[in-house]
Amino acid sequence: MIIVKRGLTALAAGALSTALAVPALAEPVKFDFWFGLSGDLARVVDTLCKNFNASQTDYEVVCTSQGNYDATLQNTIAAFRAGKQPTVVQVYDVGTATMMLSGAYKPADKLMEENGYKIDYSDYFPGIARYYATSKGEMLSFPFNSSTALMYWNKDAFAKIGKTEAPKTWEDVGADLKALKDAGYDCPMAINISGNESWQLMEQFSAIHNQPIATKNNGYDGLDARLEMNKTKFVQYVTDLKKWYDGGLIKIKSKDLGQDMVQAFATGTCQVIMTSVGDHGTVGKTQKEGMHWDVAELPVYAGTERKNSLVGGASLWVLSGKSDAEYKGAAAFLNFIHDPKTALFWSTNTGYIPVTKSGFEYMKSSGFYDKAPYKGREVAIESLTASEPTEITRGIRLGNFTQIRAEFGTQMQAIFANKVSVQDGVDALVKNGNAILDRFQQTYPNKTLP
Amino acid sequence: MEKRVTFGKWTIGILFAVPQLILIFTFFYWPAGQAVYWSLTLQQPWGGGNIWVGLDNFRSILANADYWNSITASLVFAGVSTGLAMVIALVLATLTDRQLAGSRLYRVVLIWPYGIAAPALAMAFRFILAPEAGFMAAVNKFWPGFWDPGLNGADAMASVIIAFSWKYVGYNFIFFLAALQAIPRSLIEAAAMDGSGVVRRFRDIQFPLITPTIFFLLVINITESFQDSFGIVDIMTAGGPANATNLMVYKIYSDGFKGLDYSGAAAQSIILMLLIIALTIVQFRFIERRVHYR
Repeated sequence: MIIVKRGLTALAAGALSTALAVPALAEPVKFDFWFGLSGDLARVVDTLCKNFNASQTDYEVVCTSQGNYDATLQNTIAAFRAGKQPTVVQVYDVGTATMMLSGAYKPADKLMEENGYKIDYSDYFPGIARYYATSKGEMLSFPFNSSTALMYWNKDAFAKIGKTEAPKTWEDVGADLKALKDAGYDCPMAINISGNESWQLMEQFSAIHNQPIATKNNGYDGLDARLEMNKTKFVQYVTDLKKWYDGGLIKIKSKDLGQDMVQAFATGTCQVIMTSVGDHGTVGKTQKEGMHWDVAELPVYAGTERKNSLVGGASLWVLSGKSDAEYKGAAAFLNFIHDPKTALFWSTNTGYIPVTKSGFEYMKSSGFYDKAPYKGREVAIESLTASEPTEITRGIRLGNFTQIRAEFGTQMQAIFANKVSVQDGVDALVKNGNAILDRFQQTYPNKTLP
Repeated sequence: MEKRVTFGKWTIGILFAVPQLILIFTFFYWPAGQAVYWSLTLQQPWGGGNIWVGLDNFRSILANADYWNSITASLVFAGVSTGLAMVIALVLATLTDRQLAGSRLYRVVLIWPYGIAAPALAMAFRFILAPEAGFMAAVNKFWPGFWDPGLNGADAMASVIIAFSWKYVGYNFIFFLAALQAIPRSLIEAAAMDGSGVVRRFRDIQFPLITPTIFFLLVINITESFQDSFGIVDIMTAGGPANATNLMVYKIYSDGFKGLDYSGAAAQSIILMLLIIALTIVQFRFIERRVHYR
């Protein structure tokens, strides 16, 4: 009874205060932001949202994690079809082509212009900006969490074979792995061959070596692009990986087998891995006591002129069908995220890298990269900015690329299980991947990528 | 005089049926109809429009070698896991029915696996069967390379079959035990007095009398193995290695939700539905003839 009474009083008071408050102080405009990070990273995003809400009184962003990138895109599509979409949504790198054709977004550059924010787009690292920009260079979404792949190497193990530096070429890698094996290391290098590793093994490799993954400049120039990595250096690379695997120089590590690569490296079981700079923090926190390790750029084949590596991660899209007030809020939110101070907060608390030059400079000047836990992460920036992006190293703009990645995993598993030869496996990847691209093109007749 | 319980007006009967009809319509006919429509079109995921393509989706699926591989994998999975789950459950139920020491405890404990959600169960089996960390690591130590579900398709298939069977043993056990306990004791006692042993009594009395239950479980197990395998496959193998465990229901999920190919996935689910209907018809037509209802 008391509770009911209290509730009623509170209600009345609430109604009264709203009635009184409206003319004086408007309620903040609420808008939704859906994202695909979970665990520790989701908590950092929540803090970011709280900071934004505390920084001003006009808007309130409601941030909801959808668990992972796939689920975020699926749920957003379902919500959009039902007319209940969020205002801002985080979409992963390979979802970019799907988003561009969806007709369900409000271009980010227009949004900022309409709401009076001046964003210097040349401030973004070109390797990051072009991944998300249209072929004409317009920014339809804002780069958010970004990373790139690095090689992690165990200094102690390499010291045993008389090396003080990470191998720079794949030829050196082969020799070093052999030496590590001879020195008694059971697992010189660990890789995984599920669909997700397409990012390190195929996409990053191809970009650094300036090799195309698909025709039409990796799909930037049209939906009729088709895969062609069965004719590039990628085949040689898979052949070498397979040879090293057969020779016991490379072990496959995945969660399903008991231990993933990052754990295998952090515990000192395996001496070399290739993974995202985003794992830099995890390795630091979970490493074996006293282990010395460092990161380096991914190796290239001897005689190759190194190009920029690709960005991985996600960008923020603003969806269509929302009110002007919500768009105002979204613009303020994106502007907040763009701020170098937010970049420092974001990179400190996650392993992600800053996406703008000013953010990077700000972090450098504040001494971020000088001390122990964060030292080494600047290598990611070096890798991303190794060259001006070429037509091919801008990124990958292919439809349903998630399925092509899955197909990559399938064929790599067939190759490593000796079911097919390397060339046949990569040919099958191209054939099946092209069927996926055919289908994507048929689904969007008379449409072109912006 | 025969007593009749009927409604005076036919409208009342209809009224009572309406809630059920609405439920069936909303949760079966409507979505199924929608799936048929989608399977005949190419749907843009964001709802921007669709194109009528007739039977093209079905043609391209049936021309795809991966899809036939997926059908074969599903049939193998259904056959082996149904066989395993039913035989093990029948043996356990027969033993429990004989009132051996501890049978009361088994009666309760053996039902539990069915109550566990598939993903949780798959998580547990992923650990148990992990070649480097779990129970199988010990086996691999003595016999290096014996167990490798990461690259060996047969091992991966065995893993998902073991996990699925383990769950359905509990379910089948309940039904078998109930059926066995419904057999009049006097029949078995009479046989025992005539000098027949345990195996003979099982073969000549118990087994023929529980054939209706066996048939029922066969239909249910096969149907469920096509549908309920999703959670286990998703957590344990994600369809790999090299599509070895890419069962039909998992392929529908990955093509539809991960690949955003809603039309292709709709066509696949229609094919799956037809396959299950066909299998059930076959079972009723040919196996049910041998079932003796009392």
